[in-house]
Formats: sequence, C-alpha cells, structure tokens
Amino acid sequence: MSEHVTQIRVLARRSMLKTLRQPFQLFPIVFFPLILLAVNASGLKAVTSLPGFPTHSYISFAIAVAFIQGGMFSLINTGTNLAEDIESGFFNRLALTPLRRVSLIAGLLVGVAALGVLQSAVYMLMGLVAGAHLDAGVGGIGVILALGALTAVGFGALGCAAALRTGSGEAVQGLFPLFFVFIFLSSSNLPRNLLKTGWFHSIANVNPISYLIEGFRSLYIYGWDGTALWRGFAVAIGLTLIALLAVAGALRTRLQRT
Amino acid sequence: MGDNGIEVDGLIRDFKGGVRAVDGIDLRVAPGEIYGFLGPNGAGKSTTVLVLTTLLPPTAGSARVAGLDVVRQGPEVRRAIGASLQESALDPFLTGREHMRLQSALHGLSRAESERRGSELLERVGLMDAADRKVGGYSGGMKRRLDLGLALVHGPRLLFLDEPTTGLDPQSRAALWDEVRRLANDGVTVFLTTQYLEEADVLADRVGIIDRGSIVAEGTPAALKASIGRPSVEVIPQDPGDLERVAAMLDRFGEKAPASSNGVAARLPEGVSDVAEIVRTLDAEGLAIADLRLHTPTLDDVFLAKTGRSLEGAGDGADAEDEQQDPVAASA
Repeated sequence: MSEHVTQIRVLARRSMLKTLRQPFQLFPIVFFPLILLAVNASGLKAVTSLPGFPTHSYISFAIAVAFIQGGMFSLINTGTNLAEDIESGFFNRLALTPLRRVSLIAGLLVGVAALGVLQSAVYMLMGLVAGAHLDAGVGGIGVILALGALTAVGFGALGCAAALRTGSGEAVQGLFPLFFVFIFLSSSNLPRNLLKTGWFHSIANVNPISYLIEGFRSLYIYGWDGTALWRGFAVAIGLTLIALLAVAGALRTRLQRT
Repeated sequence: MGDNGIEVDGLIRDFKGGVRAVDGIDLRVAPGEIYGFLGPNGAGKSTTVLVLTTLLPPTAGSARVAGLDVVRQGPEVRRAIGASLQESALDPFLTGREHMRLQSALHGLSRAESERRGSELLERVGLMDAADRKVGGYSGGMKRRLDLGLALVHGPRLLFLDEPTTGLDPQSRAALWDEVRRLANDGVTVFLTTQYLEEADVLADRVGIIDRGSIVAEGTPAALKASIGRPSVEVIPQDPGDLERVAAMLDRFGEKAPASSNGVAARLPEGVSDVAEIVRTLDAEGLAIADLRLHTPTLDDVFLAKTGRSLEGAGDGADAEDEQQDPVAASA
C-alpha cells in the first residue's frame, strides 16, 4: 500500500513541477481568466441595475467564471503534458516500472487537484482585491477551494482521456474552443432568469456548466445556498466520474503492457 | 536458458491493416551476452523490443525473458529488466537528479537508497556535474547517458537498449559503448538494437540480422562475415595494358572475384596474409600498380547476401514501424 502512495506522491509532484516550470502554461491559467473578468466587469457593470439581478457587484457575480476557466486550462495543460509524455516515450518509461495503472492516473490527478487549489486561491485573492465580496465568509473559502480542485480534476481527467486516446498535444488543444463554447452558452454573464432569448435560456438550463458556475457564485452572492451548492458539486463529481470512465477505457487501449 | 537470458519462439506481432511487423522470429540470448539486433528502419527491431519488454503483447508465439513469460508474468519481467527505448524519454523540465529520484521511487527504493543509488549512477554515467540542471539543456549524448543510468536504477539483470547511439557524435557513441561493455562484464545481459553496422560489429558477441520482420542471419560477427566468403584483393595496374598479366598472376593466389572495370580481383583462400606475397610477386614481375584494395566482408555484405539489398538505405521509406508502435493507432 505504501508503495502505491509513494508512486502517487512522486507522480503528483512531477505533474505539478512540470506545470509550474512552464511559464507559458502558468500565464494563461493565472491571467487569462482575470483579464476576461476585468473586461466583462467593466463592460457589463450596467447589468447589475437590471431588475432581478442578484447583486450590485458585477465582480462578485462574474468571478465564478474564472474558476471554470481555470478548470478548462487544467484540461489543456494536463492533456498536453500527458500527450507530450506519450510522444516522447516518457509514458513508456513509466509503463516499464512496477507502477499500477490506477497509480499512474491518480498521481497525475492529485497533482492537478493541488494546482486546482492553488489557482482557485489566486482567483479568490485577486477577486477580493478587485472588490468581490465572499458572502459565505471564511468557511466559503474552503468550499471554493474544494470545488475548484474537483472542477480541475474533472476537466484534467478529460484532458487525460483525450491525450490517451489521441496521443497528440495538438488534438488536446483543439478541445479548448469546444469547451469554451459551453461557458458562453451558460449563465456565465447573466443569471438564467434574466436570459430572455428563448433558445439561449433553454441551452443554459440544460448546460451543466451553468450549475457549476452557480455553485461557485452562490458562495459569493447568497452565502450558503444548499441547492446551488449540491448542484455545483453534483456537476463536478459527475464530470469527474464520466472523465475517469473515459480515462479507464483510453488507458486500456493505450497501455497494452502484459 | 539461465535466469537472465532470452528465449523467443515463433514470435509474431501484427498491427491494424494486416501489417506484420514481426514474422515468426526465434532467438536465444545467453546470460551475460551482448546480443546485437541489426536491421534497417522498419525491420521489426523496435516492435520486438516492445514485446520483449512487455509493452506490447505478441500476436502469436512465446517469449521468456529472465526465465519469465512476457505475457503471463509481465510485472515480474518488468522488475527484472531495464530498458532504454528509442529516443531519450526524459522530461525536459526535471533535472537529472529528479529523474533518478522519480525512477527510484517508482521501483520501490527507499528515499535513502534512492539518493545513494542516484548519485552512484549519475557518477557512473558522467553526469554528476550536470545532475541539478534541467534535462532540457542536456546534449543528445548526455540525455542518452542519463537514459541508460535510469534504466539501471533497480539493478536489472537484463538490459534492452533500442538504438542507443542513434544521432550521437562519435565520442558520445564510444563512451556509451564502453559503458555497455562494463555492464556486460558485470554479468548484465544486453539486448541491443542498432542500424549501425560498426556498432553491431564491435560491440555484440552475437548478431541477429532482421529484415521485414524475419531474422535472416545470426551468429558472431566474425562467423557471419566468414559465411559469405574470404576476403578479396583488387589490383589496378598503372598501365591498363598490364591487366591480363596482373590477372594471370592473381590466378595463382585464388579464384577470380568481382572487380572494378580498370582492375582485377581474386579471393584469398588464406585470408589477408596472402597480400604481402601478392605485393612481392607484383614487384618481382615489374608490374607497377595504381592502387591495391583489400575487401574484407562486412555485415553489410552479409545483409546484401541474405536479402539482395544493402543495409545502408534499406530502411528508406520504411518508417512505418514507428507508427505501428502507437497501440491506439495501430492495434491488431
């Protein structure tokens, strides 16, 4: 048992180091969501005066999207890093050790979870500096970090599945626009009750990303909203489980060792 | 076969689209032997290594490595072997020492043991000074040496080296050869694939030549070369009018051999020791020569004799093997 814990620990550490030592991977994770937040907050501030808008602080409303974008960067970075390992033969090096399949993926995803906590902390801190108010208080910080880590793991696992299936970093990166569309077709910019275009409202209603965003958002705006939180966690857990199933299938095909 | 030998019987590996990369090979590698697996690109060398290192299951046939069945005892095989596969499979963002720590931990070494073994191996492969630098800044030779060191972390009894010197400069290549010889002297069995004739010739105790998935010749380098004939000597007279006299003189030493248009050649039944006598005879008969060439058979001649093609360039356009190694793209 302790051997597997060690394997997971060293692989998680390596996964974190690989990302932290690549500034071109770190920059988008940290700054892209914040730049987008700044642009949206300055351009869409007026919507807070719409009847039914839940807060007067657009930053508090929009900061939730940064956590989802961070998760999507986990997809790209984790997937690209794994695809590079496959292309370079590093994956085969790992496969030639007594490492178990489950430890291989667990190691990667524990590293992703740790980075998810780190990036969530950065978004929270920058949001607070910019004027976002966390209504849930100190307890909310822990929940945001947990949901941020889970979101990063879910998306990161999807990236792993894509990398294992294709073995190509380019193919993984090609997924980013696809997933980004999900953010725009959600309640990212307006609460669902204020989306008046029929088709947009319908899509946002069935788009799981809406519920994930609202899970984060509820902690900022409403404090402790049990319904929003369980829906947010349900989406993150569901995403993670589906992604892990996809990883298991792809790993069986990719790793044919006897 | 002993505890660190290799036995392969009728090994076949097919890929998607009906491509047969390995076509029923049989081979035996004795414990402590350096076995050179020589062939052009796409011949089936790397696929064979992937099967023997348990990374690909065979389509048919059987293989035992270190006395263990590669299909039924994969984890045990992996504990017994070390492998440095094609290309240096390293993480450019980790240092040499971090690679050692990672590899040691995955093989279950304790932290103290990992530090000791890592330092010992970094010293052995001459990378102690660069141990704390990121691998992305290493030269090709340094990467290959680190790759070799990593394959030795757990003290394997058998080592697979897949084209370990491809792309290296002569100095790095010679250093790696020395290390391989040292390992063999320590009792490690080495299975080495190469497309370099010289490498197989100088390094391997025995050589298996593979082409299009089949072993076409096998033996010691000397025996393989001897199997296709004795050396020959070619004489090019200064005066083309002397060709017939030179030919008559060479007839006394051995049967006629193929030669260039302005020369004549003869096989030397007694080997190269005949050359001195030929030179003395030419001198005694007053035959001035423009050139005298000694042709000793090479492993390329062996490949040519067995396949009708030269090994140099035989793999051109046959890089499909690399693609076939992608199990997702090419599973049977």
